[in-house]
Amino acid sequence: MTILGPLLMVALLIAPIYLAKETQEERKIAINQQQKYHLENTEYLYFTVIPEYEAKQLTSNFNESPYYALLYIEEDHFTLYSDQQISLSVSETIEREIEKIIEINNLKKAGIDPQIIEDASSSIDITTKIVSEDGNTTNSHSEASMGIGFISGILIYMFIFMYGTMVMRGVIEEKTSRIVEVIISSVKPFQLMMGKIIGVALVGLSQFVLWILLTVVISTVVELAFLDVSSMSNEISVNEQSAIIAQITNITGGINLIQIFLSFLFYFIAGYLMYSSLFAAVGSAVDAEADTQQFILPITIPLILSFLLIQPIMDNPDGALAFWMSIIPFTSPVIMMVRLPFGVSSWELLLSMGILVGAFVATTWLAGRIYRTGILMYGKKASYKELWKWLRY
Amino acid sequence: MQENLLIVENVTKKYRDYTALLNVNISVPKGSIYGLLGPNGAGKTTLMRIINQITAPDSGNLLFDGLKLEKHHISEIGYLPEERGLYKKMKVGEQALYLAQLKGMSYTEALEKLKFWFTKLDILDWWNKKVEELSKGMAQKIQFVVTVIHEPKLLIFDEPFSGFDPINAAIIRKEILELSEKGTTIIFSTHRMESVEEICDHIALINKSKTILEGPIDGIKKQFTNNNYEVITKDSVLTDNKFYQVTHKKDDIFQIQLSEGTKGKDALAFINKNYEIVSYKKETPSMEDIFIKAVNNA
Repeated sequence: MTILGPLLMVALLIAPIYLAKETQEERKIAINQQQKYHLENTEYLYFTVIPEYEAKQLTSNFNESPYYALLYIEEDHFTLYSDQQISLSVSETIEREIEKIIEINNLKKAGIDPQIIEDASSSIDITTKIVSEDGNTTNSHSEASMGIGFISGILIYMFIFMYGTMVMRGVIEEKTSRIVEVIISSVKPFQLMMGKIIGVALVGLSQFVLWILLTVVISTVVELAFLDVSSMSNEISVNEQSAIIAQITNITGGINLIQIFLSFLFYFIAGYLMYSSLFAAVGSAVDAEADTQQFILPITIPLILSFLLIQPIMDNPDGALAFWMSIIPFTSPVIMMVRLPFGVSSWELLLSMGILVGAFVATTWLAGRIYRTGILMYGKKASYKELWKWLRY
Repeated sequence: MQENLLIVENVTKKYRDYTALLNVNISVPKGSIYGLLGPNGAGKTTLMRIINQITAPDSGNLLFDGLKLEKHHISEIGYLPEERGLYKKMKVGEQALYLAQLKGMSYTEALEKLKFWFTKLDILDWWNKKVEELSKGMAQKIQFVVTVIHEPKLLIFDEPFSGFDPINAAIIRKEILELSEKGTTIIFSTHRMESVEEICDHIALINKSKTILEGPIDGIKKQFTNNNYEVITKDSVLTDNKFYQVTHKKDDIFQIQLSEGTKGKDALAFINKNYEIVSYKKETPSMEDIFIKAVNNA
């Protein structure tokens, strides 16, 4: 997993680009007539006019023709014939081309020079600025905020889920292999539980760092080896490049990156600690991983909910939903990270962090009580009623 | 009076719906092999967990070597639970070192002692194997070594022979007796009575969360002595009379129960006069008989 992870990540990054380039192969398209609609060759599509009788033949027998498809035009009817499923991009390109011709014709008929329309169309970029209390204005960029919020939210969600279940599996392993009683005759159950949680956290963190490093290294290597970088950057002129660089510096200017990074670490660790103690309690209550379902569900629901709410929260990062979800400890690790790049007042951040720490202490205490009874219970199918009893032993 | 290594006084442990232990008292003399007996579910495991400070009693005191039992005593106790296991994916040696260090041993000390024990039990070849490659009996040997490695004053074995084949069980029994000779006090719990008679010198019988019998094994046996004798005669005949009653006959062995007030030698004299005796033997109650009797009486 340690090595495979980064490879998969790189594959995820590279594959779409690579595939997109690959699939655009050159195709020959036959046309039966071209008086009314004169189609220009595009980058990937080459049009050839063929005699009417040959076209007629193709409509009934396409086998062994050198063409990918036949565009048969009859008055204002357009039909594409082929011996295979015609790719969506091909049919869309042809549609677009024909529409363009019709539009131009219509404009001409109405006595309008198409050039006028082209000159009249425009595209603008709105600049958003944040005015802070001391009167300074900084450029804000919702796109960048969304990107940072989304990525950090997802990372926290993934980390909690992966390593939380890892803790749970570890506890179940210790219980089913029956080593637990040997060990807790040397250390307290709580120590064993916390040791497991912290241990897995350190494994997780080092795996994470390794992932990031390997992903960067591998993707650079792959990019250099397989993708023609020069052809990609050719399309962007030098002027545009410097403009982009200027923009990136501009974008990050409005976001407090240090605050985000520190908060990320905090929510990363505190969120994990809170959830993993609950996962440990679940692990201690069951005899096999198959029995975890009924207890896992209530733990994962807030986590999955916060994942699903990332999009709506990004649309309205200051609404009531966003506020409450970033205060409630079970959803705050993910949601607060989503909100942070958009700017969150410090009292909200501190309140959320304080509540999360409190929740972490409470869940650990609770989990510890379930754990110390649970790990010594064999062959007993635990129910919620049972867990409640263990809590009060 | 022999000094006690461990004293359990009035220990009570209640769970919400049942009482696991009720005012249990036991005294384990130094150097003894102490058998903790009782049917399944009597509370033996709970008692052992309390001695190992895995669970805390609701009330009662525990004294270890004259002092209140505390956390630091862990390094002086070795515990082999009934539900025992090892990390399956870990290598044998690595794991034994880890568990020994958990008991407070230094790495070098643990390594040295482990090599000694592994050589003694002829399992040194397994050092680099993973636990999952071992059979259950092999794993049990390693668990035994890990339990005794830190040379504790008190060793507690919960059903130590379960899972062993007879040959390995004999090896482990020999090791337990050797440790006892060196002065280690041993508590072991079992519901298999024959192993109790073979090795224990003291016992406590726990039934339904109470101690119903406790003390040196010969004293208890004396307490349960009955007036039964086993007689074999040459002609395989023996009839009831005023001295005794034949209660059972199996092959040519007669079991007789003496009447109230009759002494063994009186009955012997009578039988000797009337029959030709091949053997005449007082029946000693087996632990199993005592066990069943005590449980039924309680």
